[in-house]
Amino acid sequence: MFIGYFTERPYQDPKSGYFGATGKPILDLDVSNDIYDAQLGADLYNRYLDEKIYAEEMGFDGLMLNEHHSTPFCMGGAMNVEASILARITQRAKIVLLGNIIPIWDDPLWLVEQLSMIDMISRGRLVSGWVRGTGRESVAHNVEPHYNWERFKEAHELIVKAWTTPGPFRWEGKHYQFRHVNPWVKPYQKPHPPIWLPGVVSRDSLMWAAEQRIPYIMLATEMEPTKQAFQLYHDTAAELGYESGSQNIGYLWKVHVDETEELAEQTGRKYVQGPSNPFLAGNEGTTNQALLRLPGLTSRRRVLPTQAVATQARGGSIGPGGVLSRPYEQQIQDYTIISGTPDSVIPKIRHVLETIRPGSIFFWDGDGAMTHDDAMRSLRLMGQEVLPAVREIAKELELPGPFEVDPATGKPYVADPPAPVPAGQAETAG
Amino acid sequence: MAASAQVWTEEFVEVAGANLQLVRGGRGDGEPLLILHDELGHHGALRYQEALAQDYRLYIPSHPGFGGTERLEWVMNMRDLAGWYLEAIEDLGLERVNLLGLSLGGWLAAEMAAMSPYLFRKLVLVAPAGIKPPTGEIYDMFLAVAKDFLTAGFHDPENVPEFQQVCPDEPSPELAEAWEVAREEACRLSWRPYMYYPGLPNLLHRLKNLPTQIIWGQDDGIIPASASRLYHESIPGSRVSLLDDCGHHPELEKTDEFLALVRDFLSS
Repeated sequence: MFIGYFTERPYQDPKSGYFGATGKPILDLDVSNDIYDAQLGADLYNRYLDEKIYAEEMGFDGLMLNEHHSTPFCMGGAMNVEASILARITQRAKIVLLGNIIPIWDDPLWLVEQLSMIDMISRGRLVSGWVRGTGRESVAHNVEPHYNWERFKEAHELIVKAWTTPGPFRWEGKHYQFRHVNPWVKPYQKPHPPIWLPGVVSRDSLMWAAEQRIPYIMLATEMEPTKQAFQLYHDTAAELGYESGSQNIGYLWKVHVDETEELAEQTGRKYVQGPSNPFLAGNEGTTNQALLRLPGLTSRRRVLPTQAVATQARGGSIGPGGVLSRPYEQQIQDYTIISGTPDSVIPKIRHVLETIRPGSIFFWDGDGAMTHDDAMRSLRLMGQEVLPAVREIAKELELPGPFEVDPATGKPYVADPPAPVPAGQAETAG
Repeated sequence: MAASAQVWTEEFVEVAGANLQLVRGGRGDGEPLLILHDELGHHGALRYQEALAQDYRLYIPSHPGFGGTERLEWVMNMRDLAGWYLEAIEDLGLERVNLLGLSLGGWLAAEMAAMSPYLFRKLVLVAPAGIKPPTGEIYDMFLAVAKDFLTAGFHDPENVPEFQQVCPDEPSPELAEAWEVAREEACRLSWRPYMYYPGLPNLLHRLKNLPTQIIWGQDDGIIPASASRLYHESIPGSRVSLLDDCGHHPELEKTDEFLALVRDFLSS
């Protein structure tokens, strides 16, 4: 079992007018950066990095980052900058990028260099995920949404080739052309850092992950459709002639741990009280319907069972007042939020693991309106009580992670794991 | 111009290696008039088309990627599409055809004419995209849903008789899907730079021998009327007519004035 920690790094400004489930019409791309407070921004960036350091100290295997653009709900507009810092200030944990939005960059070779440097400086701790991005990302960097999927696949091929094939070589593709590919820096891990794929909606992407034999991470979806989508992965793998298992699938959801049940409820409710976040069910605000329909971004037909949920999470179905389309209580009930003391949280996590059988999990915490203290209390209790218990459960349920069993072959790594790691990894990477 | 007994035929014709959805109608012995639809596709028979059908033989294709015409995967921009259309016109046997293009279809018409002016008899450009307006910005159709975009295209939608036909309060699932299909192809043709080609004003100089009428609504909320000036300056000898209290669709919002201009121009 591989256990990661995630926060979307919200820009938390109670004075902003869009903070909390206010019901204000907050259309994506319509929030002006005029209100940006530099002091607050600096404090928050440093806070989120501090929490990552503590998460490593508390025993998490992975520190997950993501990236969005032109929006207050995620401050990671240049996630690779945060990852670069983590590469130097952490020692052991994997730096899990889920992920770089490869179709939106006209120069994937710059990513090749950035990611290789992160892998070098961290001495092989990079997990390099790709995403296709939402409409917001295509708009923010003005890249053709209708070529999103074609560019995704071509950029992936180009990046992997640049990482693995001695240069110089030429690249004459449909969307990218380079006359001289020979990046000096190469990845620390051989043949290259693991590539994972997170997602919620696209059947194309999930099938692609299964074809590439790489882990697919479902992001904050409801359990039943998640299970169905993963079955599609496993069926595809079987058709392709390899055996997939828990090492091929991961699940991110909201887990908060606190000292008392009362405090846990009070703090858990803060998930839905931060800046509106189209992915943070219960506090979506209103989203720009045109962004959800950005032409050609994803197939209108080839969608996953999780789509209904994802559409809702992205604002497709909005309740009265434009907020709280999935109330906190409902999310508690369906386990998409788990908040409680270690004693009450552990059996619920077990239920999720039994149902979905992932080999990688990510606890989404410290988000919404949660403070640094809220995040730190939870991290401490996770480290002291929850993580050790979850590792035991995972062993009992036989849920190996992608660093124990090779997702491409279904066979346990016999000698070394794919990347050289410093001592200390073995105790916690269970 | 009461609703005539105009008969429209709709069929698929093999042209230029594609299967083109084509609506035809009008006076059998009239001059041909090719109408190139806008960014949301063919809206069905409209009053201005019924009226022009009394004198002209109308050809109203759905561009590749719109309506029932399959997308041409190799077409990556408007110049590609224009090049393809020239062969389509030849295959249809439409020599010296009158060409009328609306909005995105106006841009397409302008590109086609600039590539091959001798194929055409006369050119009518109705609030065409294709050049960067000297002042103001082109309304971003991809940051709006189809209904909002359509509505923004009228100065006074409530007083446009055919508004409900073009933009019903409750679009049928078929219409909603047709809009999404159209938006995707429009996106492929116009995403970046949005709705214009920087070289077009210079290329339009080649139209110096092609009689050209430009029609624009003064209150165009989609493509600022300032672009009419640049179109006019770029096409030597062109005529430009600006209509008051009129948005992006003179053919729907000021149908009578629009028809008078088009008839006068085509028959002169």
